[in-house]
Amino acid sequence: MTETIEITCIACPMGCDIDLEVEDGEIRSINGASCPAGEEYAKEEYRNPTRILPTTARVTGGILPLVPVKSAEPLPKGKLEAAMEEIAAVELEAPVELGDVVIENVCGTGVNIVATRDLPAEESGALAAD
Amino acid sequence: MTESREAVTGATNVMRREEHDLVVVGGGPAGLAAAQAAYDEGVEDIVILERDFELGGILQQCIHNGFGVHYFDEELTGPEYAQEFIESVAERGVDIRLETMVLEVTHDRTVYAVNDEDGMTELDAEKVILAMGCRERTRDALDIPGSRPAGVYTAGTAQRFINMEGKLPGEKAVILGSGDIGLIMARRMHLEGAEVEAVLEIMPYTGGLTRNVVQCLEDFDIPLRKQQTITEIHGTDRVESVTVQEVDDNFDPIPGTEYEIECDTVLLSVGLIPENELSVDAGVDLHQVTGGPIVDETRETNVDDIYACGNVLHVHDLVDWVTEESMIAGRSAARSLQDRVETRDEPIEIDKTQKLSYVVPDRISTVDPDREELPLYMRVHAPMEEVFVTLSSGGEQLTRDFQRRAEPGEMITLNVDTETLAELPEPRLELDVVPREEV
Repeated sequence: MTETIEITCIACPMGCDIDLEVEDGEIRSINGASCPAGEEYAKEEYRNPTRILPTTARVTGGILPLVPVKSAEPLPKGKLEAAMEEIAAVELEAPVELGDVVIENVCGTGVNIVATRDLPAEESGALAAD
Repeated sequence: MTESREAVTGATNVMRREEHDLVVVGGGPAGLAAAQAAYDEGVEDIVILERDFELGGILQQCIHNGFGVHYFDEELTGPEYAQEFIESVAERGVDIRLETMVLEVTHDRTVYAVNDEDGMTELDAEKVILAMGCRERTRDALDIPGSRPAGVYTAGTAQRFINMEGKLPGEKAVILGSGDIGLIMARRMHLEGAEVEAVLEIMPYTGGLTRNVVQCLEDFDIPLRKQQTITEIHGTDRVESVTVQEVDDNFDPIPGTEYEIECDTVLLSVGLIPENELSVDAGVDLHQVTGGPIVDETRETNVDDIYACGNVLHVHDLVDWVTEESMIAGRSAARSLQDRVETRDEPIEIDKTQKLSYVVPDRISTVDPDREELPLYMRVHAPMEEVFVTLSSGGEQLTRDFQRRAEPGEMITLNVDTETLAELPEPRLELDVVPREEV
């Protein structure tokens, strides 16, 4: 049985509407993508949709109570909520540096959660640049 | 830079008085890029004045990814994008004053600023770059009827609460407006455990990027309801529900379509307004459509030696374009300081047809031998497919660029080879958008 699956590409801001023709789980054709990255995205989105997860983690002793973090690689879409739970359980201590690994191998995906900014400790002061 | 911060004691007041080549008002992405570009062009005496406790502006609370695809050729989060520029201005030794509020900029480029450490400071600048960014439209700007309970926030305020202060503003939200911030906040609220009942959009199309509709709403089955709006907010102490109505093509609510959604929070993502109080006081003329200063291609305003860039000039959808534009402003201010810019005898006016809502810049008033390409930024009025953006002068087409899709939410850039401007039939350019079959 052939079915057509519509996918809106998010590889870039163009947002092409791509039609996948699928027969018994096999992709037969891809139409509507205006670049190879779009075709690749459509295939992946059908077989194993993934997303980068940006969120925050708790920090003590920092200039802010949170530090922004993200998954260093895209996570399977179905794992996003579980990853949020695991990140919610973390409490870091300032200072934190951009790129610091916050969680290794989140939810057994092989992907790390990393900090996306420097967060100085409160005493050292954010005004150091002055 | 402390040697230039010499206090001058007068009989009636004590105010620091300083002189600088360049003063940048605002330390967000626009101010940072402008300062960096001016420095790299040879200006070393630069001061950035920033009212927040750190640099980076709104990027610090935009923790999502999607920034930098054009400028850095990789997908970064907001804080990562900011940190690149914060480090770069620090390396260059730019004088950065945090928690410093600018009170006034005069038409002859005296900047009055105040902070805890220095008190009032008068900074006399050769060049001023305005980079104050924009702020969000509020409920007041929309005149939504109903009571005035707690729980109504602009989406950006909620974003700051959640991403920087660790506070979730509510548990059951309705989001009004499908601009990018509204879409991003729908996902953020959902992932932090709140229920997002719906995103409502008064227009027949979304104001945000398609990719955000997919990855922020569709991924989590959050409904996007177009041509609907909130016509009343209910609740006494806290929001209890909202009345939603469909609207007609004139955005008037259609009687009989009312329904109610229970919620404790309403987030407004209904547009951004360039923050130009300082500009107006300095005598800068504003553009009717953008709400930002009217500028030439160097981003100089009608007031000599005062420039503007970034969201204070016009609201951008991608920070990459803010960076690009701010570098133009920074570089241009530097080149002008070094007398490297020649003013045209007669400026080239840039006009547009009704298909476009605006174009920046408004005119080309200089000849700069170092400039090979000149980007024109514009937005279409309504969504169009398979079109050419054309640039003509005196009926003669100079260049054109194909757009598979043109949407009001996505700024279009047309790069013009400066050689084509050398000999024009008339000192006037006209931009148009033409369907492919008509070309």
